Amino acid sequence: MIRFAAAVLLLFSGVQVSASGAIDAYPFPSEELQQRYDALIAELRCPQCLNTNLAGSDAMIAQDLRREVHRMLIDGNSDEEILEFMHERYGDFILYDPRISASTILLWLGPLLFLLVAAAAMYRLLSKPKVSGSLSEEERVRLDRLLAERDRP
Amino acid sequence: MTLKKSFLIPLGIFLLLVLFLGLGFQLKDPHYLPSVMINKPFPEFELKDLHQPEKIRKKEDLIGEVALVNVWATWCPNCVIEHPELLRISKDESITLFGINYNDETVKAINWLARREDPYRFSIVDDEGKLAIDLGVYGAPETFVIDSLGVIRFRYVGPVTNEVWQQEILPIVEHLRSSQ
Repeated sequence: MIRFAAAVLLLFSGVQVSASGAIDAYPFPSEELQQRYDALIAELRCPQCLNTNLAGSDAMIAQDLRREVHRMLIDGNSDEEILEFMHERYGDFILYDPRISASTILLWLGPLLFLLVAAAAMYRLLSKPKVSGSLSEEERVRLDRLLAERDRP
Repeated sequence: MTLKKSFLIPLGIFLLLVLFLGLGFQLKDPHYLPSVMINKPFPEFELKDLHQPEKIRKKEDLIGEVALVNVWATWCPNCVIEHPELLRISKDESITLFGINYNDETVKAINWLARREDPYRFSIVDDEGKLAIDLGVYGAPETFVIDSLGVIRFRYVGPVTNEVWQQEILPIVEHLRSSQ
């Protein structure tokens, strides 16, 4: 019974084996490094795959890059340095979170642009004066005639 | 009348979006990964020579003339496809080829070359793919053109066929040679 309880305890004690760790099983001296590793390989895109991150790919290059991320973390590099290392070699392609540059500025500001356009359109639509009561002379004559026709017995 | 026109604006934006996205997805190969290494110096390395493991090759060994650096491996089917053309280039065209044996087993690689003939002046053993990562390589084969100062000028991903040589690589080689 105690053994069973211990097993259950162990199961929930935060000893996590992430999917990526299960493939390569890179040892990390601390939980913090392991978490940064998991975050980095989730954020980096496998250069050979279309829509898979490093964590989810079995491609040779993904394995090599995971090993590189591990090595750099152990060597004490910051997340930013590791992302920069990858970006220097593989360009924007490798970052799922694209950097702001001339070619990605539309991607970043596009939604804001759409919002502004929509807000401007809405403002114009709502602030337009009500058109009722502003019939032209011609329309008023026609209205009078129609009403007179209806009232006729 | 003004009301009708303003209704056309969202439609217009929508059509423009369709046009751009449509063109974007049709014209651009989504697999295409532009090299960020173009016009950058070839990365430094210290790696073993495939045939003389006691010999350590360095970046300096590649520099001096316009040359091709080809990333290859025995596990790579397209390397078999491009091999006859690389052989032809090494014989008929006066250009040096260097090989980077990428993530491979040395014995297998030596046998592979012995069986098919060796187009390379020498091959470098990059068995951990570290030089490949520094080059931004994401598969094999990849072929780089370096100038006489060791600056990367062009990269081709995929098998080098005669067509690729004639249309894409040779013009760059000739241009680099004439501008020296």
